[in-house]
Amino acid sequence: MCDQTFLAITFGPCDNCSQNKPLMNIYLKNEPINYCSLCVELMACQGLAKGETTNTLKAESESLKAKLEEERAKLHDVELHQVAEKIDALGQFVMKTRRTLKGHGNKVLCMDWCRDKRRIVSSSQDGKVIVWDAYTTNKEHAVTMPCTWVMACAYAPSGCAVACGGLDNKCSVYPLSLDKNENLAAKKKSVAMHTNYLSSCSFTNSDMQILTSSGDGTCALWDVESGQLLQSFHGHSADVLSLDLAPSETGNTFVSGGCDKKANVWDMRSGQNVQSFETHESDINNVKYYPSGDAFATGSDDATCRLYDLRADREVAIYSKDSIIFGASSVDFSLSGRLLFAGYNDYTINVWDVLKGTRVAILFGHENRVSTVRVSPDGTAFCSGSWDNTLRIWA
Amino acid sequence: MVSKMSSKMVGSNNLAHAKRMVQQLRVEASIERIKVSKASADLMRYCGENAKYDPLLMGIPASENPFKDKKPCTIL
Repeated sequence: MCDQTFLAITFGPCDNCSQNKPLMNIYLKNEPINYCSLCVELMACQGLAKGETTNTLKAESESLKAKLEEERAKLHDVELHQVAEKIDALGQFVMKTRRTLKGHGNKVLCMDWCRDKRRIVSSSQDGKVIVWDAYTTNKEHAVTMPCTWVMACAYAPSGCAVACGGLDNKCSVYPLSLDKNENLAAKKKSVAMHTNYLSSCSFTNSDMQILTSSGDGTCALWDVESGQLLQSFHGHSADVLSLDLAPSETGNTFVSGGCDKKANVWDMRSGQNVQSFETHESDINNVKYYPSGDAFATGSDDATCRLYDLRADREVAIYSKDSIIFGASSVDFSLSGRLLFAGYNDYTINVWDVLKGTRVAILFGHENRVSTVRVSPDGTAFCSGSWDNTLRIWA
Repeated sequence: MVSKMSSKMVGSNNLAHAKRMVQQLRVEASIERIKVSKASADLMRYCGENAKYDPLLMGIPASENPFKDKKPCTIL
């Protein structure tokens, strides 16, 4: 749990009644305003129907929660792994490290594949962001960020830019130049501004918009060219650690997971939180959509990964073992969705059969926590980044 | 929509917070759900249809995988 630094109490004239009082900095329709506590109360009361009080609202909230549980339970007629009993088990998997990318001077925190299936961008604790050619292991570009702990990096769909951010609370976009001697930092564009660290970022289907998540508990959609905030997503009650966009065929939604143990599904256009799942017992470190867009997987500090189906509106599988006691930091699906690759804090990567719920392989090789795991766009390999300063390509 | 992140505020914040919670729960309660058996069947069907295109699942010959070495490398 990190500090919630976004609430600051100041003293001054209220934006509504103009009296000098202690003010609360709140957001109305994404605009920051300063109201005194009385005006906040009055504003909240305006939305109330006749006879509503805090108590009636609380009672209604409890009954709605109970109703939700009941509705979800009614449809829970069978478990996924039971339905999956009739399909063949997977055979032995032999996956080895095919490439090791060495060059970071400190922990690798994040990586992303380019759509050309061979380039990779990775970021590390010492502030370096490196673009690699995974086939040859050559470094093509390197940028030094002005901050440490660059926790998020993403490749633009065109392959012409990368976005990254971390403790600087910002997300910056660097256009990649063909000229190796050009100073990339000179062309940097600051896009997103949060009030706490940037935990994750992703371009939408074009180079023009970026979705970010932050330790300030919010996610936000930004226009890259102007840096303008297009939509913000409020609903998490603690740091948001990860987000993933739905595969393009299934529409404008994304899922986020955070330290409040919740995974929320959002509508990008309205900013509305449409579904929420809270079954993990600890922070959710990573969320990833199933390739069809009908489900998503999560990796958590409670040492389990879970699969949630969006149309059944519930958790449908847990991937865990008594022998796994360290948190899962990152998850990704293979192309068909049958395999789930999960990187753990015990330095291993476990490969799970998504449908049967069993583990099919453990991959050893990293010498410290695995912080990020991503399957390549054509599914031929996956890349893992670790606190041992290296990235490994497995196939 | 009023947004408040700190759980330390009491009093005037509770009303706005409770109202928001109720509205959120109403939205969540109203969505249409399907049975787990149907959802599972659909997930399985997707896996089955796409399994043959999944290189990590099926394994592809070294000659087709740019990451697998085709022959030993010599250091020049």
